[in-house]
Amino acid sequence: MKLTRSVSKPRLSPSRRGDRSATLAFWVFVAPSLIGLTVFTIVPIVWGFLLSLSHAQNTIRVGQFVGLANYGDLLTDEAFLRSLKTILVFAVFIVPLTYAVSLGLALLVNRAGWGTPFFRTVFFIPSAVSYVVAALVWKVSLFNGLSFGVANQMIAGFGAGPIAWIGTASPPWYWLVLVTARLWLQVGFFMIIFLAGLQEIPRSIYEAAEVDGARPGWPMLRHIILPQLRSTTISVLLLNLIAAFQAFDEFYNILGATGANASLARPPLVYLYSLALSDQDFGRGTAGAFILTAVIFAVTLIQGRIIGFGEAD
Amino acid sequence: MTVSNMGMEMRSSKDARAEAGSVSRRDFLKVATVAAGVVLSGCGRRNSANARVTLTQWYHQYGEEGTQPAVLRYAREYTRLHPDIAVQVVWVPGDYATKINTALLTSGGPDVFEKQLTVPMVSAGQVVPLDDLFSPEVRKDFLPEDLAANSVDGKIYGVKMVGDTGVLYYRKSLLQKAGVSPPRTFDELIAAAKTLTTRERKGLFVGNDGGVGALINLAPWSAGSDFLVNDQIVFDNPRTVAAYEKLRELNDSGTLLIGAPTDWWDPSAFTQGLCAMQWGGLWAYPAIRKALGDDVGGMAWPALDSRGKPATFAGGWSQMVNAQSRHIEEAKRFVRWLWLENEKIQQDWNLSYGFHVPPRLSVARSAAPLDSPVPALAVKNLQQHGHFLPPAWSSSMGTALGDAVSNIVKQGRPAAAEVSVAAKKCERELQRLLRYRQ
Repeated sequence: MKLTRSVSKPRLSPSRRGDRSATLAFWVFVAPSLIGLTVFTIVPIVWGFLLSLSHAQNTIRVGQFVGLANYGDLLTDEAFLRSLKTILVFAVFIVPLTYAVSLGLALLVNRAGWGTPFFRTVFFIPSAVSYVVAALVWKVSLFNGLSFGVANQMIAGFGAGPIAWIGTASPPWYWLVLVTARLWLQVGFFMIIFLAGLQEIPRSIYEAAEVDGARPGWPMLRHIILPQLRSTTISVLLLNLIAAFQAFDEFYNILGATGANASLARPPLVYLYSLALSDQDFGRGTAGAFILTAVIFAVTLIQGRIIGFGEAD
Repeated sequence: MTVSNMGMEMRSSKDARAEAGSVSRRDFLKVATVAAGVVLSGCGRRNSANARVTLTQWYHQYGEEGTQPAVLRYAREYTRLHPDIAVQVVWVPGDYATKINTALLTSGGPDVFEKQLTVPMVSAGQVVPLDDLFSPEVRKDFLPEDLAANSVDGKIYGVKMVGDTGVLYYRKSLLQKAGVSPPRTFDELIAAAKTLTTRERKGLFVGNDGGVGALINLAPWSAGSDFLVNDQIVFDNPRTVAAYEKLRELNDSGTLLIGAPTDWWDPSAFTQGLCAMQWGGLWAYPAIRKALGDDVGGMAWPALDSRGKPATFAGGWSQMVNAQSRHIEEAKRFVRWLWLENEKIQQDWNLSYGFHVPPRLSVARSAAPLDSPVPALAVKNLQQHGHFLPPAWSSSMGTALGDAVSNIVKQGRPAAAEVSVAAKKCERELQRLLRYRQ
């Protein structure tokens, strides 16, 4: 300690003025985002946590503390637990599917030669579409239950009668609607990440593999490409998993917030949205948000452990 | 926007582009500044320069053409009569419920607003009692249901300003051709829907979720059951169970239109011939009449069986005064003038734009548009068979019941057990609500 002080002091003193202006510049640049972060993220998180410990019905005033009662209520609330189960099932389907499809597309597009920029753009465009707009197109145009709906016209070619895709519980056709909507929306984005990863692999590795006798195709993919894409894969899976747990828009817009279709598959965010905003129960609403955060945190850690997040490449 | 309108807009923007070359930068700046001023001054209007008090009044965006100019006109009229009070109307598009709920959490909310009353609004002190506006004569001029829906612990917090009710619409010609008479019971309705279903047209439309949303309350009401009476959850009984089992039978009958582009509150499925009968709102009657002329009949939701009764809902909006308002007395006087003293405005508001039922019985009686057969019957049904959910019914109770009915109707689970589970959850929610009631 003493040593550092005696060493650093003489070095700093001659340029104190420059130092001060550097400090000023630091704060000028950092302050806006720091203030933004405090006002829009840190304060709401702290306030939200205090609310989750309060009885806050039709008010966002903290004060009527009830301890962990809101957490207890939610953890024994069958509907909330079912919503967690629903989102887990959704994640189990959507995460591997998005991974496989976006990796597949990236491999194809990477090989498309002069067509690469074209296909890259075509597949990426859906990422720019709003979830709400896509959900409405899926609901009203592609998967409506009438004979002139796009999906029903397609199956009519095989002689099948029209299906009410969204309102049918068994078989659960609504999952087809929800999963395809999200796939279409997010596959392009993850494809771009994979493409970037693919382009990072040096040519020399492929050449060395060829010299060692690796045949193109599956062996090359299995032994060269996939290991080289490991860090890309990890980030794609993590982002994808978190996004799946935060699903709201397509469920809310395709199945609705109330009614029987909403009961078929209600993710936690839709449940908490109606609890906090329709019912104005901000205590339980925020408690649910913290429980969900904890679940996402835990699942991400488990997933990270399984696929080796944080290990050296 | 109509097609001709769009053409005009396209033309005018083209003209503007053609002239853009001749507009100087200074002119552009002037126009832009004025335009920005207009935008920033807000959609509402402060209509008096001498006003001592400005009241803010919020409406959700009513779909009918002419409603927004109408409320601005009422506001101006009030200021003309009371020059010291200006009324600033805010017309809220989109998700009104969330916006008004959020505004009521802050001190910047409106002085006067429309909403449906809930017990937590009273417990949290968001609204003021309006009992002094209701003289005995005025009280008598409202349906007891409309007063009860706006009361908590014997105090009235809302003035019903627009009334809505439901109608089972049917195509008279189609029923006649099929030799079916308007159904009087749920069984007759299912039989009629079967007869009326063809390859191109389904028999009945009750919403894209098989009627769970639209009939979740109506079906038990038509069985003689209810949900929440005198702070008691009362729906866990065999009649409710029978009603939901019948709803499942309807869903399994293959006669329901499911997956239409619009839902039950919109008449398009009915007017476009996708179904022969549809449960809808009286508000849709003008569009139905325009499309189908006299070939339409209407009735309440039929009784479950000989022990039940036809049922419909008594819905609508009520005007309330924000307890955080700095001008509570002025706001109350404005509400009294607008919805209790001014019969002309009440009639204009309910019947000149869409089709609603004026909540004041005297106004409804003298309203000529309600004389034609379908609306006249709907008003009679509302007065005889209208039901409502009391302010203690919360949306989480609705969610619990909705999940149960979805399980019964869509997944085929045993009805009695599901209803019982939902009742227990509603009971817990109710106890929670009552524990904090002031």
